[in-house]
Amino acid sequence: MPLDVYLNVAVGGVLTGLVYGLMALGLSVIFGVVRVVNFAHGEMMTIAMYIAVVLFSALHVDPLVLLVPIAAVLFAFGYVLQAALINPFVRRPEHTQFLLLVALALIISNALLIVFGPDARAVQTSYALDSMQFGPVIVDTAKVYAGAAAIIVTAALFGFFRFTLVGKAIRACADNYTGALVVGLDVKRLYALTFGLGTACVGAAGTMAVLIIDTTPMLGPGYTLLAFVIVITGGLGSMPGALVGGVLIGVTEAIAGLLFTPSAKSMFAFGILVLVLLFRPQGLLGRRAA
Amino acid sequence: MSALLSLQGVGKRFRGLVAVDRVSFQVPEGAIFAVIGPNGAGKTTLFNMIAGALEPSEGTITFAGAATTGLTADAVCRRGIARTFQIVRPFPALSVEDNVIVGALLHRHDVGAARAHARALLQRLDLYDKRHRIAATLTLPDRKRLEVARALATGPRLLLLDEVMAGLRPTETDRMVAILRELNREGGLTILLIEHVMRAVMALASRVLVLDHGVAIAEGAPEAIVRDPAVVQSYLGAEAV
Amino acid sequence: MIGRFTAGVAPRGALLLALLFAALAAAPWFVNDYLLTVLIIILYFAYAGQAWNIMMGFAGQLSLGHALYVGLGSYVAATLFVRYGVGPWFGFLAAIPVAAACGGAIGYLAFRFGVAGVYFAILTIAFAEFARIGFDHFDFVNGTSGLFLPVSEHARTDLWRLRGSPTMFYYVILAATVAAFALCHLLMRSRIGYFWLAIREDEEAARAAGIDTFRYKMIAVMVSAAVTSFAGVFYAFFYNNLFPEQVFGISRSIEIILGPIIGGIGTLFGPILGAFVITGLAETLTSLMSAYGIDLPGAKQVFDGVCLLIVIVALPEGVWPPLARRLGVMKEPK
Repeated sequence: MPLDVYLNVAVGGVLTGLVYGLMALGLSVIFGVVRVVNFAHGEMMTIAMYIAVVLFSALHVDPLVLLVPIAAVLFAFGYVLQAALINPFVRRPEHTQFLLLVALALIISNALLIVFGPDARAVQTSYALDSMQFGPVIVDTAKVYAGAAAIIVTAALFGFFRFTLVGKAIRACADNYTGALVVGLDVKRLYALTFGLGTACVGAAGTMAVLIIDTTPMLGPGYTLLAFVIVITGGLGSMPGALVGGVLIGVTEAIAGLLFTPSAKSMFAFGILVLVLLFRPQGLLGRRAA
Repeated sequence: MSALLSLQGVGKRFRGLVAVDRVSFQVPEGAIFAVIGPNGAGKTTLFNMIAGALEPSEGTITFAGAATTGLTADAVCRRGIARTFQIVRPFPALSVEDNVIVGALLHRHDVGAARAHARALLQRLDLYDKRHRIAATLTLPDRKRLEVARALATGPRLLLLDEVMAGLRPTETDRMVAILRELNREGGLTILLIEHVMRAVMALASRVLVLDHGVAIAEGAPEAIVRDPAVVQSYLGAEAV
Repeated sequence: MIGRFTAGVAPRGALLLALLFAALAAAPWFVNDYLLTVLIIILYFAYAGQAWNIMMGFAGQLSLGHALYVGLGSYVAATLFVRYGVGPWFGFLAAIPVAAACGGAIGYLAFRFGVAGVYFAILTIAFAEFARIGFDHFDFVNGTSGLFLPVSEHARTDLWRLRGSPTMFYYVILAATVAAFALCHLLMRSRIGYFWLAIREDEEAARAAGIDTFRYKMIAVMVSAAVTSFAGVFYAFFYNNLFPEQVFGISRSIEIILGPIIGGIGTLFGPILGAFVITGLAETLTSLMSAYGIDLPGAKQVFDGVCLLIVIVALPEGVWPPLARRLGVMKEPK
């Protein structure tokens, strides 16, 4: 196959990977601070996708315009979830919290199936079939927009953690829970806030994803797993790592889909997971496990 | 009397922080040897290296004539060194008896035999009547004795005790001292203990090592140590004498 | 031998168990075909849950990819039968090393590299998914088109080839569940059982007591995998068709854990009671819905999820321990 086909596919993979990366970033934020493994992560992304689809067919508004409101809805969802259901469970064994989210994931996926049915839904924007050309590279317009949006949202998130008081407070909690308590931070509220931020990322990623992928109710588990693979590959506790991991997985999947059958491409994500666990368990950008 | 445990130049570095700085000493078989020193002196790190929970950055540890440096914790236990933890760690959901049976099963394959041995140990440590209680429901002194019982069940030649007296009232301390002395005298058990409770150290130890900032600053008989000016200055204070 | 079996079992508990067994053994004479099928499904999950419990309840390793071993058992036995005419019992013997080897591989990767807790769970999910996609492309077993077992027209009972009426299958799965229960009972009182409990409680303290935790965790994983593979063999010969999506899918893995979690992880009877409760309730729901003409795919799973949620929030030990205490059959504390 000619080289420019590979190039196009790779660039497309990078852009898709940025969206994956944003989704994984949400997971990383949640785990890095609250230390909860959000097994319902993919399901929350699916919720966001359906909201985008429904609003699009009702209002005919471009999903990217809906980005902020959908992210806000998911933020509220995450905040309430953490405050009401997970915070009280902080003392329980680790697997209890995890199983709680497994149960939630099961409920969400199947509730979506009941409400929306199994058929795929697509969002047909005006530019859905267009492509853009940058020099020798040709990419889908939708992917370009999605990728750009992902970069903007991620930058905003980094800025939040770096420069705002709340962001710094959250990082303090992550670094030293007891210290944060001693200094008078309302850790429970900050946890809820952080979970909300994580789910807001997922909400944003989901809104972008509808431009690229068809929405079905059972996307959840696949995305949850993908998010974990990305976070582990990129490095736990590393936000840039989640992005790097996302892009890496995005490109690998795209190229693998080209070389082999498309349906086998997720096997490569798992292959990467195993390789990372074997040779560099802290991930590409992660810190050495304490 | 030959040395059962011998440390030569053992040190541990944590990325620039020297926790233990080339410590050497020998513990003769049948002795009770105490390691004292201020908090942060490196005592537990030293213990962890002997017990195999940490790998030394340098030096060698020899036990019963064979090197044990770098062996995993379970391998070290199988060689004959048992330990307790500074913050007690019994198996919380298991009964007192089952906790000790786990230890007894190390060198016994029959559960019945292990149970008999466990019961004998529980008798010795005044825990027999509580043998069916769940470990998590015990008081701190009882949990400490349980950990000692579990460690003893593995049939060690050397017992490492990490601040086993901490949190005990004077009567409980005396009881523990009596038990340990009995085990040492009648069972020939060699004991290496980290302690802050000087009452216990003076009553038990035949030899004391003092650590400060990871360095061994004094070693000798308890009476001599207690008067050593360096020790008094760094740890004991003049009133302790 | 019998002494080892009965030591420490409260007499009342043994009696209740015997009564339950008698009731189950006599069931085919009293229930209709539909209920018999429901009982078969309940016992299937009781068996699989019991096998899963060896890894989780005893050794503390959370596996969310147990469908992998069911699937391997199914495909190994079914392929040997369809292509070479090998009976399912030999198929099971062949499946055991395959399942154990996979379990061992996952265990090795996880334990050597310190992958524990929820990361271990993720690893198990990844492997099950890997198998699902892999088998989708595995033409030797027909991939996505599915593997079909030949069904004979006569209703004669052939235990050797596991062909026959639902009643035959019922007794097979009942016997298997009893065997699994007995195995777990013996394991729990053995030296290995004690070591597993110690590892589950506090792995570092277990190491300090001389236990080679790597070795015993590997044994737990491999035994659990091997025992689970029989569920796969049963599944293949009962349903007579296999699709990778159906067999290796993550929903299957989650179904397996429902029973033990609702019943009580780490207890002997928990997985069995849990299977009765959740499958019984779910089937009741499904029949009620079809009685009213409602067909809602996904409703059963929502119900499962809600039950799981309720148990996790309100009954952390599961349903069995509080019930056992009420009935006065709680055995000697473990």
